[in-house]
Amino acid sequence: MNEDAEGAATAGKPLGGSSVTLAGTDSWYIGYRRWLAALALIALAIALPFALSNYHVFELTLVMIYAIAVLGLNILTGYNGQISLGHGSFFAAGAYTAAILMHRYGVPYWATLPAAALICFALGVLFGLPALRFEGPYLALVTLALAVATPQMLKYFDTWTGGQQGINLVKPLPPPGLGLDRDRWLYFVVLAALLIAMRVAANVLHGRSGRALIAIRDHPIAATAMGINAARYKTLAFGTSTLFTGVAGALSAMVIGFVAPESFSLFLSLSFLVGSAIGGIATIGGALVGGLFIEFVPNLANDISDAAPWAIYGLAMLLFMYAMPRGVVGSLGPWLAQLTRYVLENSSRQKMQTEKGRLS
Amino acid sequence: MAPILELRGVKAFYGQSEVLHGIDISVENGGMTVLLGANGAGKTTTLRAICGMVRSEGEIVFDGQQLHRRTTEEIVRLGVAHVPEGRGTFIGLTVEENLRLGGYTRTDQPDVSMARMYGYFPILADRRWQQAGSLSGGEQQMLAIARALMMSPRLLVLDEPSFGLAPRIVDDIFAIVARIKREEHVSVLLVEQNASLALELADRAYLLETGYVVTSGTAKALAADPQIRRSYLGY
Amino acid sequence: MHQFLQQVFSGLAAGAIYASLALALVMIYRATDLVNFAQGEMAMFSTYIAWTLVNAGLPFWAAFAATLVASFLGGMAIERVIIRPVENAPVLATVVVTLGLLLIFNALAGWLFTYTLQEFPSPFPDRPLFGALMTTRDLGVIGVTLVMLVLLYAFFRFTPTGLAMRAAAQNPESARLCGIRVGHMLAIGWGLAAAIGATAGIMVAPVLFLDPNMMGGVLLYAFTGALLGGITSPVGAVVGGLIVGITENLVGTYLVPSQLKLTVALALIILVLVFKPDGLFGTAIVRRV
Repeated sequence: MNEDAEGAATAGKPLGGSSVTLAGTDSWYIGYRRWLAALALIALAIALPFALSNYHVFELTLVMIYAIAVLGLNILTGYNGQISLGHGSFFAAGAYTAAILMHRYGVPYWATLPAAALICFALGVLFGLPALRFEGPYLALVTLALAVATPQMLKYFDTWTGGQQGINLVKPLPPPGLGLDRDRWLYFVVLAALLIAMRVAANVLHGRSGRALIAIRDHPIAATAMGINAARYKTLAFGTSTLFTGVAGALSAMVIGFVAPESFSLFLSLSFLVGSAIGGIATIGGALVGGLFIEFVPNLANDISDAAPWAIYGLAMLLFMYAMPRGVVGSLGPWLAQLTRYVLENSSRQKMQTEKGRLS
Repeated sequence: MAPILELRGVKAFYGQSEVLHGIDISVENGGMTVLLGANGAGKTTTLRAICGMVRSEGEIVFDGQQLHRRTTEEIVRLGVAHVPEGRGTFIGLTVEENLRLGGYTRTDQPDVSMARMYGYFPILADRRWQQAGSLSGGEQQMLAIARALMMSPRLLVLDEPSFGLAPRIVDDIFAIVARIKREEHVSVLLVEQNASLALELADRAYLLETGYVVTSGTAKALAADPQIRRSYLGY
Repeated sequence: MHQFLQQVFSGLAAGAIYASLALALVMIYRATDLVNFAQGEMAMFSTYIAWTLVNAGLPFWAAFAATLVASFLGGMAIERVIIRPVENAPVLATVVVTLGLLLIFNALAGWLFTYTLQEFPSPFPDRPLFGALMTTRDLGVIGVTLVMLVLLYAFFRFTPTGLAMRAAAQNPESARLCGIRVGHMLAIGWGLAAAIGATAGIMVAPVLFLDPNMMGGVLLYAFTGALLGGITSPVGAVVGGLIVGITENLVGTYLVPSQLKLTVALALIILVLVFKPDGLFGTAIVRRV
């Protein structure tokens, strides 16, 4: 006899704040006008490297790599409500897989990608199974421990990892005849990977699996009562998310040409989390915003204040969360969708009026 | 005598939905008003609007003061004690601690007030060091009322005190409420499903349906009304 | 055997510090339902304030008291200004805000006080006791922690404000209905936690040497201890912190070289959590459907 409608809504407050969200921001990928916008963006992405310097191309490539990594985290945290402070470890796993395969076994670079994907998926499932027992801050601790342990373990097992010195790699050569240098070739490789990743994520998240994940996130008991095998979905969600992040790691190894334990510290994991939150944790487009934040804001912060750049970075984090607590895409997305609908409605109304005018 | 509480044209909202559509209610100074109605009629929402727990428009005047834009804590400190649906006891704290919290805003003589509460509810005295969560439903209801009275309120707002309680306990509680009304000189606003018992005690009554006041009058008049008798009193 | 006991006692001293910070974390979690990742950096900053006062000529305990007051006020201000805007925001937003606060304090400290390691005076001389079983400094640290715990317990158990804070943490709506200003209670909670953190920082600085990154490892161990004890239990926080301290010391002495100490200690504790996922004293969160 509860007249209080709010009581039900506060029961399972989802992490990113969005309740069932399929018709909101991610309908970017549904509807043909949005397809046009997406194609325009892709065309821009293809044209860009020819207009920019090598260094800028390199930076944009890193943005896309971070976007893939953050996309993995979005799947886990945004859609499945499991918070991870340790995704940097899986990024490292992918990077070192690629590095060791290329350096020790001469595996061609493109073949390391499926290898990294498989290995990181397996690692994610292995990690996700016991992680099922943990909720909220407990899961945060377990993943935090993983992130903190990773540099230590990388230094310790130095026969494989090259220890403190890391592993130097030869950057992959572009195929002959395309007229592209290494940096631009890698840009396109990563762009292709990003587009595939976004498409796969959209397919998974807009289908049955996605709805199951959201149900498990928001009302786990009801979901189980409906026959959804929460344990299986959560474990698979973990594995899928680490797959994405691991592939991003492998790509980073070949793009940077170097792996070392220092690059995979706790800070990397926290950057992914911050990028995810600032972009919008239950969105796909937000991953790109997150990637941009991770790559560019530290440099901007340095420009603003070279005495205490991280203070500016921290301040940026605070300001973004105050202004857009659901992330950029999470907050602006619904607003933009409404605006688009408003514009479309009005333009069709105008059309109807001129038609009426002609007929009468 | 001016009513101690008056609602004029009050609307209430959960998010974007309007759930109260402009209701008028009053409680006489020293009197008891009861709000009747089925589930979902808006009775609890009305009480929450008075205490600032839900977004509302319209005038809510208590003892000459506008309540509308104030926070719950401020409204309580003005002298409105609300015993919510489900009692709201601090189940992790002891009976005595619950009572002390009730008297938090009164700086004078908490022990005297507590002694008086134990006088009304002797069973609470027996259980004073027990955790509130271990009390029975009836005892928790008594504790909730006692806690509300600790602040010597001018207005006592009770939301479904009989909910989930056996009839004999309900009779006990209502007897105590009647006694408190007389001895403490406190006005009472009561929401009840148990219409017959409530109408016996109250002065005024209002019948709510889906956010509107459909009938109002003296309690005696509503008790005698054949339609109400059939719908709510069962005969 | 003698060495074992020695390690246990020095582990207890370290554990006392983890226990203090863990207690601060639990207090904030109970009141506001969020983990304050910036607790360590706030403590570090407070310690720098104490250091500045001591260098300016203030006697140790006066500087200590002044720092506690400043930290209390600072903690309250942070809750009102920094945390309030995201009080009702999604959980992840609050995580990002506290992480941002962490970065800001760390960078600010580095900028104001440089990254050079500084010596920090201890009020307790470092002399061996009981045949080198422990030092007077260890005993002093444990003593200060005990005093702090007793004071806190008395505050929450016997004062009206302490009772109101417990009520506000348990059931904010009912607390409002008693006329309690819940917002003020939250601010006081953060203030107390900041003061507790300052104590932990001041106790640990003589050992670890003062620098902006001093509290990073301490926070991690404190977080672990708080969860081991059960994130909602203050008693658990203390017990958890002590266990973590002893475990860390024993693992580092007997099991593995210091590079892997952190990893193995964490792994052991997480193993415990696998069997008790809500911590040793934590209450399982019962979900009503």
